[in-house]
Amino acid sequence: MTDISQTADAVESLDTQSDVDAPETLRYTEELLRVDNVSLSFGGVNAITDISFNIMKGEVRAIIGPNGAGKTSMLNVINGFYHPQKGVISFRGKPRRRMKPYKAAASGIARTFQNVALFKGMSTLDNIMSGRSLKMHRGFLWQVINIGPARNEEIEHRKRVEEIIDFLEIAHIRKQPVGKLPYGLQKRVELGRAMAMEPELLLLDEPMAGMNLEEKEDMSRFIIDLNTEFGTTIALIEHDMGVVMDLADRVVVLDYGKKIADGTPKAVQSSQEVIDAYLGVAR
Amino acid sequence: MLYREAGQFKTSYAADQAMLPILQDRIGILVILLVAFVGIPVFATDFFMGSIMIPFLVFALAAVGLNILTGYAGQLSLGTGAFMGVGAYSCYKITTLFPDTNIIIAILLSGVFSAIIGVIFGLPSLRIKGLYLAITTLAAQFFLEWCFIRIGWLYNYNDSGAIEVPQRKIFDIAVTGASATPMVRYLVIVSIVAVLSLVAANVLRGRIGRSWMMIRDMDIAAELMGIRPLYAKLSAFAFSSYYCGVAGALMVFMWLGSAEVEAFDINHSFLVLFMVIIGGMGSILGCFLGAAFIWVLPIVMRGLPSLMGLDILAATTEHITNIVIGVLIIFFLIVEPHGLARLWQIGKEKLRSWPFPYASS
Amino acid sequence: MELLNSIFVAPFVDMAAYPDFLIQVIWEGFVAGVLYSLIALGFVLIYKASGVFNFAQGIMVVFSALALVSLHEAGVPAWLAVVLAIGIMGVLAVSIERLVLRKLVNQHDAILLMATIGLTLILKGVGELIFGGEPKPMITEQLGLPTGSTDWEVFDGIVIFQHIDIAAAVIAVLMVMALGVFFSKTRIGRALRAVADDHQAALSVGISLHQIWAIVWFASGIVALVTGIMWGARSEVSFALEIIALKALAVLILGGFTSIPGAIVGGLLIGIGEKLFEVYWGALFGSGVEAWFAYVLALIFLLFRPQGLFGERIIERV
Repeated sequence: MTDISQTADAVESLDTQSDVDAPETLRYTEELLRVDNVSLSFGGVNAITDISFNIMKGEVRAIIGPNGAGKTSMLNVINGFYHPQKGVISFRGKPRRRMKPYKAAASGIARTFQNVALFKGMSTLDNIMSGRSLKMHRGFLWQVINIGPARNEEIEHRKRVEEIIDFLEIAHIRKQPVGKLPYGLQKRVELGRAMAMEPELLLLDEPMAGMNLEEKEDMSRFIIDLNTEFGTTIALIEHDMGVVMDLADRVVVLDYGKKIADGTPKAVQSSQEVIDAYLGVAR
Repeated sequence: MLYREAGQFKTSYAADQAMLPILQDRIGILVILLVAFVGIPVFATDFFMGSIMIPFLVFALAAVGLNILTGYAGQLSLGTGAFMGVGAYSCYKITTLFPDTNIIIAILLSGVFSAIIGVIFGLPSLRIKGLYLAITTLAAQFFLEWCFIRIGWLYNYNDSGAIEVPQRKIFDIAVTGASATPMVRYLVIVSIVAVLSLVAANVLRGRIGRSWMMIRDMDIAAELMGIRPLYAKLSAFAFSSYYCGVAGALMVFMWLGSAEVEAFDINHSFLVLFMVIIGGMGSILGCFLGAAFIWVLPIVMRGLPSLMGLDILAATTEHITNIVIGVLIIFFLIVEPHGLARLWQIGKEKLRSWPFPYASS
Repeated sequence: MELLNSIFVAPFVDMAAYPDFLIQVIWEGFVAGVLYSLIALGFVLIYKASGVFNFAQGIMVVFSALALVSLHEAGVPAWLAVVLAIGIMGVLAVSIERLVLRKLVNQHDAILLMATIGLTLILKGVGELIFGGEPKPMITEQLGLPTGSTDWEVFDGIVIFQHIDIAAAVIAVLMVMALGVFFSKTRIGRALRAVADDHQAALSVGISLHQIWAIVWFASGIVALVTGIMWGARSEVSFALEIIALKALAVLILGGFTSIPGAIVGGLLIGIGEKLFEVYWGALFGSGVEAWFAYVLALIFLLFRPQGLFGERIIERV
């Protein structure tokens, strides 16, 4: 199978690109996303410099690093919101350089945001329904009549959405406008909205920022379930090291827009460069 | 007590997603339709139908159009008047170039031209956002107004520069022109407005309406979820302009009888905007409430002084009306940004628990 | 061919053939541009400090000028009328801040814009109620402003400069300089810039938003009064000005909402541009292109440079 040779490549490239040892055993065999030598700058300020890494199908990949390391910019590049000046991104083996965000969404990449980006004027239900937009196809004329196909389609997707609502335990706020929900619940609705897209790759930008311990545990549970039960590949940015160490299969560490380590949580944790980046170096 | 949902359980998603899930609302709408289609034509005077109801319905439809664009899709427009004008002039051209066209079809068709112009002026919205877009629509307003004056073909090179509504009949009943009775005109207009409002409500509840609201609330997130801004914004411009166009055609053909460019000037754009603000952004019901309010308020204000036996100049009451509307706009923005429609909803909530104000949360 | 000729060749031949007329046209455009700039300036002041897109700036110009003229009509000496008119704008600024802005803190931009549209209606209604809707002549001479004109013989022709136009340009320059000094050298100016940068940060160092807002509205009220005097002296004081004032929006697009130099350059560009276009290319379209030229120019400009002449490139974040 070609997948295995690809993986071998991946492991090899890991070896050559970082001083951290490659993971002892890699459970995943198929590469879903590959970032090759990507650089991004804004008017002379380098946000990302020459970063390469990959995400295997089915794994939980964490991206960590101090503030301003370029983590969110990396996600923005992956789902086409920023266009890198250099480098190639391949999703499911297909390389691309410039891509419109809606095309990234259509190819199966979903996303949550660091500062909750829900549709504030809409209810929880409508927010999650909005995640189904790409899967609904009934044309304008059916919408006008709103009986028959358009309504059936709506109901069919409503069923899927209700499943997600059950999964995330947010049935009680189904019809409430999201703007007035507490922060933790908003984050949960946002996860639900991304789930509704049934993505192959889910990018989570600090899903647990500003949460208390209990909320973090809930969110972790959802992420694990999502990964194991639905088989969704997840890339997450998170500052809470405990969470990262527990959830992630592999971790990539960024600092000042450069990759400084890549590997299993354990390997990364013991890397001298990572420790220096977080604690500072005495010179 | 009066307005109770208790006992109304929904057992299917279809029932839960119905336009009016609550029994009392369904009864309410039925009563309104009965009054509109039977009560008013039977009991109301010609003056009431011709000078109050018809303009009210015209403006309500235009407000629906603007609300789709501004309230639902979040694209502020100051060019409503001009888009109404496009509809009116298109309808005039259709009826004069093809005199045999059924007048209802001509009116409904004229909205299509308005939609096309709307899409053209909506194109900048792909690059320009928020308040900057208001300038784009101002450009549309002044450019189109200029076209209505300069392009003689639009008004068939009349000396007056005005468009005169020709007489048209359906089944031997005069629908437009001088001999059409207010009742006939009222029935035509109320039917068109009812159907188009239903269409708007349907579209807004479905996939397309949701995509507009996604763009309105958070355009970046919407795009990252697969909404193409091009389609979403331009379809909103087209759909909204269609409504404004039909409203414009109705305004000239069913109400004014003839019109010059002044009927579509920027003051009318603002008038419709006020209706949307006071009625409630993002609410179809609000469009009707706002239109009723803004249209009826001046009429009441004009009548008040003579009722009270005061002798006040007409111009003075107009100024006072301006002030009152201005104060109300600010009042609504401060107290209830969602307008009359939201007040109505709050009222319903109160009725639900009346007479036990603490019964429900 | 003929069309291309009338677009690309004939107008320039005309310009070269009668340079005195060209200078006259540019001067007229320049003066109109100065007045656009002044309206835009009042706009920028408010937008900078409070983020409010003040739709009422145009009506404030009319309102203040009408107040001045009406006071004088009522027998108040000119100098006192000016003082009182300034006082009225001060009262207006404070009441707007108290009754409107204070209640709408942290609301969405569009809501604030619509509030100022409501304000426009109120000012218009009150203005017409108190001062009447009829156009009035400005009390130019009583204010000591120059009248008459100077002829300048050049290129075998004559260019006429109205003295009031020259005065308008000079006063505009003085006012911009005064504002510049005010912004950069005074304590309140510093506070203004702080508020413009970040409301919350400004609050946290003890700057009173309410006070700052009242001051900027007052400042732009004074700018409005000066604009009204100048405009009124050139034609007359009437509510028709309100529609013309909308052109300041186009100016702002060109210059950027927060830039004072931008407002000036944008205003001059539009003023001169639309006069030249009307005179030399207007015949091509039929007259009256002045009504939309400014907006269409701004629109085309926006498509290529959404951040305005002097704005920085916008980087969107999520």
